Amino acid sequence: MNFKLIISIAQSLLLARWKQTLVAAIGVTFSIAMFVSLLSFMTGLNDLLDSLILNRTPHIRLFNDVKPNQNQPINNTADYKGQYNFIRSIKSGSSRPEIYNSAPIMEALKKDERVLGIAPKLIAPVFFNEGMIEITGVVNGIDEKAESKLFHFNEYITAGTAADISKVPNSIVLGKGLADKLMADLGDVVQVTTAKGERFPLRVVGFFQSGILDFDKTQSFASINTVQKLLAKPSSYITDIQVKLNDVNMAPLLAKEYQQRFGADAEDIQTANAQFETGSFVRSLISYAVGITLLIVAGFGIYNILNMMIYEKMDSIAILKATGFSGKDVKRIFIYIALSIGFFGGFAGLIFGYLLSAVIDQVPFNTASLPTIKTYPINYNPLFYFIGAVFSLITTYFAGWFPSRKASKVDPVIIIRGK
Amino acid sequence: MSEIILQAKNINKDFHDPATVRVLSDINFSINKGEFVSVTGKSGCGKSTLLYILSTMDTDYEGDLLIDEVSMKNKKEAQLAKVRNEKIGFVFQFHYLLNEFSVIKNVMLPGLKLNKYPEKEVEQRAMEKLKMLGIEKLAKNNAKQLSGGEKQRVAIARALINDPHIIMGDEPTGNLDKKNSEIVFDIFKQLAEEYNQTLLIVTHDEAFANRTHRIIKMEDGRIIT
Repeated sequence: MNFKLIISIAQSLLLARWKQTLVAAIGVTFSIAMFVSLLSFMTGLNDLLDSLILNRTPHIRLFNDVKPNQNQPINNTADYKGQYNFIRSIKSGSSRPEIYNSAPIMEALKKDERVLGIAPKLIAPVFFNEGMIEITGVVNGIDEKAESKLFHFNEYITAGTAADISKVPNSIVLGKGLADKLMADLGDVVQVTTAKGERFPLRVVGFFQSGILDFDKTQSFASINTVQKLLAKPSSYITDIQVKLNDVNMAPLLAKEYQQRFGADAEDIQTANAQFETGSFVRSLISYAVGITLLIVAGFGIYNILNMMIYEKMDSIAILKATGFSGKDVKRIFIYIALSIGFFGGFAGLIFGYLLSAVIDQVPFNTASLPTIKTYPINYNPLFYFIGAVFSLITTYFAGWFPSRKASKVDPVIIIRGK
Repeated sequence: MSEIILQAKNINKDFHDPATVRVLSDINFSINKGEFVSVTGKSGCGKSTLLYILSTMDTDYEGDLLIDEVSMKNKKEAQLAKVRNEKIGFVFQFHYLLNEFSVIKNVMLPGLKLNKYPEKEVEQRAMEKLKMLGIEKLAKNNAKQLSGGEKQRVAIARALINDPHIIMGDEPTGNLDKKNSEIVFDIFKQLAEEYNQTLLIVTHDEAFANRTHRIIKMEDGRIIT
């Protein structure tokens, strides 16, 4: 096949009607630009909302739940073994909230190739004392480095520095809401009373704002050592191990495995936060639907313009056929015209889409609940550009297919004799 | 006995819309190489219809058509297009140049389609044809800027580009003034006599027909002489 010739004919036809061509291409450009920027913006927002919870949630959390023992003595008695025993009013056992053998478990997890990283945690319910008032709260003992790396802890610090809790002895980072209640400033000392009644002064080295107000009113963070001191526990005392995986979808499976292997309770992210998945899915679905609708509308524009072009170029088609171009050649010429509109329009659309996203990225977006966000979030995922490019070619191909089929069926005799 | 270029065998054709009317009945004739043949007859006698059947563009007929001793019956659309490209040159009443292209490109198109020679050579050949017809200085012009007579000469050059077995014309002078008609006729005559080119021209211009080598006269869908 002589593609060079067909391309050169298509080019001449295109350039001869360059204004129409331009209008058609602008239609594609507009829709692709909107498609790309809409998706980038929507997923940017999605990611932001998800990260409010999901980024800070471990994929698997290992802990010791307070619950009745599964193996009640009656089940082990020879007489009643193999029967179904109903037992009423079982009390939870006096199990400790700490994870047994936390150090070997952490070692094992660090060696596991499916695990991205782990962060130990120690949760201590306390009272904050402000004069006569006692405010209930929680001190989370964390490994600041691991916590920042895996769960972006440092990004939510609005004043002070996150690293100070591991550097300054007996220091604490307060939730912004909690700090306001305590009227504590940076450098102040707050009094903390543990559940066992011991009082402890801690120096405020930072404020923490997660974007969830209720959370910020009760939570505070200190180093693991500080909290262990607070509770008068040895340095192996840890209540939670937070695991972040390489592949989040493996979480339910691995949670089960770890539960058996380490004899601790394990909760996966999917079980803990099922509703977030649904929300993001629906939002992306809507943005894809809108984007694709835009593209189809642009496709109809191309269809119309090509149809018109074919009516105008009836004579040319007839003469091409008379001089030896087959219906197939003519069809190729018009499909090539459509595709090149799609290609150039789509290419320009990708560029404009990128520019538009970049502009949206600069628009100020300040909300009290999201301290780290200053402008609208944009997700520059190359996948959107790829989908945009592919769809622009597919829609223009189909928009060109029907008119070009018509062109290929033009009977030169009717056109030439009809003059 | 010279070589037979084109042969029509028992060609019949009906128009079916609105009622079935026989427009061509029992057409039998053949054209030898180098002949300059004209088909004449009154308007509506079927001479153009015949030409389009002979040109392979109209395939809705009974009987058989042989070009270069090969039957055109049962050939596919793409194969017929190839035959037209290779073996037939066309000149129409209305020039039918492609306005989007320059004169030289118009002439080159069927040659490029044939893809027998590289582009450079096709261009050179096109230039030769234009020179032969005395319009080589218009080569770079846009097809739109030409006069009627010039356009028709370009169309003839285009018809010649692939060295066709036969050139077919449908009233090639019908739209031209006296002087230009004369020029076009002289070109045809020169082609026939100097280059031994076979020509089949449909015309209702008696004066034109009388000066060709052979006249096929038609009436009511039949050949009478």
